[in-house]
Amino acid sequence: MAYKFDKDVRYAKTHEWVRMEDDIAIVGISDTAQDLLSDVVFVELPDVGEEVTAGDAVAVVESVKAAEDVNAPVSGVVVEINQELEDTPELVNDDPYGSWFFKVKPSSSIENELGRLMDADGYAKFVEENEH
Amino acid sequence: MQRTRLYDSHVELGGRMVPFAGWELPVQYPTGPLTEHNAVRTAAGVFDIDHMGQFSLTGPDADAFLQFVQVYDISQMQVWDAHYSLLCYEDGTLIDDIFLYRLPEGWMIAVNADNRAKDLAWLQAHSHGYQIELTDISDETYMLALQGPKAEAILQRLTDTNLSDVPARTGLRATVNGIEMLLGRTGYTGEDGFELYLPAESAVAFWNDLLAAGKDDGLLPCGLAARDSLRFEACMPLYGHEIDAATNPYEARQGWTVSLDKPDFLGRNALLKAKLEDNRKILVGFEMIDRAVPRDHYEIAADGQVIGLVTTGMKSPTLDKFIGLGYVPPAYQKLGTEIDILIRGAAKKAKVVRRPFYKPRYKE
Repeated sequence: MAYKFDKDVRYAKTHEWVRMEDDIAIVGISDTAQDLLSDVVFVELPDVGEEVTAGDAVAVVESVKAAEDVNAPVSGVVVEINQELEDTPELVNDDPYGSWFFKVKPSSSIENELGRLMDADGYAKFVEENEH
Repeated sequence: MQRTRLYDSHVELGGRMVPFAGWELPVQYPTGPLTEHNAVRTAAGVFDIDHMGQFSLTGPDADAFLQFVQVYDISQMQVWDAHYSLLCYEDGTLIDDIFLYRLPEGWMIAVNADNRAKDLAWLQAHSHGYQIELTDISDETYMLALQGPKAEAILQRLTDTNLSDVPARTGLRATVNGIEMLLGRTGYTGEDGFELYLPAESAVAFWNDLLAAGKDDGLLPCGLAARDSLRFEACMPLYGHEIDAATNPYEARQGWTVSLDKPDFLGRNALLKAKLEDNRKILVGFEMIDRAVPRDHYEIAADGQVIGLVTTGMKSPTLDKFIGLGYVPPAYQKLGTEIDILIRGAAKKAKVVRRPFYKPRYKE
């Protein structure tokens, strides 16, 4: 399976990606994750203003067959959610790196947390190792 | 883990292989479960269901034996008739749901993969005194399902036998693509179509030729996920979900299968009682009022109390609604009754709605 990897984001082992834009962290799920899930039919997003800690399950993505947690890859406060996904969750399949779930204003530990995440090459290797 | 003879074909097609009832089967192909589901509703889909079991039953006492061990009155069945039925324990609970074919030489019984050994042992244990021959023919019989409004047209291209006259719930033997096989005009998707029983050694070549014959009509190979969403919308029970050894046919809304007025059969006394008395639970269909996906095993609650469990739930691909099936006490079965589905700790509102969610479109 040839998955797409975005060079400009960092990845968690639980298949979320995070992209920094100015001082805001934007979170979504990887192409690998959407492919493993197959047809996405539902997303449940956190509340704006919710405080999240890296590793916490804060959103849910559901496919025809399964419900999976979406973890916050970084800690902070949710400042925006992508309500478009509530009505058109299939966008996650069509464009996983464009279909963000939520945005976080990160806490002071952001540099450490980003450091613990993988870059595209590291994540590609991780995916390959875990496929078998 | 067993593999069907089409294992390599599935992998070649990009099928995602998963364990199911002791078999490795494709849960989906690269097209994805929604596309496969829609193909069956609007064109056609073919499923490898060779994991399912088949028994042959012959001998002078075959009819008497079959009357005794399952719930449907088979004296109503002519040669080539086919019918859905149930195997029940003496206490009326369910061993399996089965499909019967009356053939010129006797009977064929199709059973669920998971229950194949259990069913055979149960039937053998009750065969004492009957002159019958009961044989498990699953290994040499390959089972495929071709389903959807274009199923007849596609299959017709491969056979000289006129299929347009074949009514629902009947079988016939035909030569299809040069192979002699048993066809049943039935299925488990809510659409018109056929179940095909062919010699196992012909499976790979036939599968390829069938896919080629249906390509222009939009025929797709379909996996377990689509099979589940299709049968669910039509409210056909799946063993281990809607029906099991803790459930009787009336609770599962399958009482239409039970012929209580036929002579004695296994489970009859208990089933008579179950029909007349209030059961502990009843299967209902529900639709979410709050936005959330109900799923298998989620709890159903009312007035703050857990009252039952969801047996199957999903976002219905055909209806584009969040719906489910589940068991509730009879007091909650009335259409429109509000119930809660407990989803990740939160009570989400739903209401009881009419079943089936999707009205089957059979050829009569």
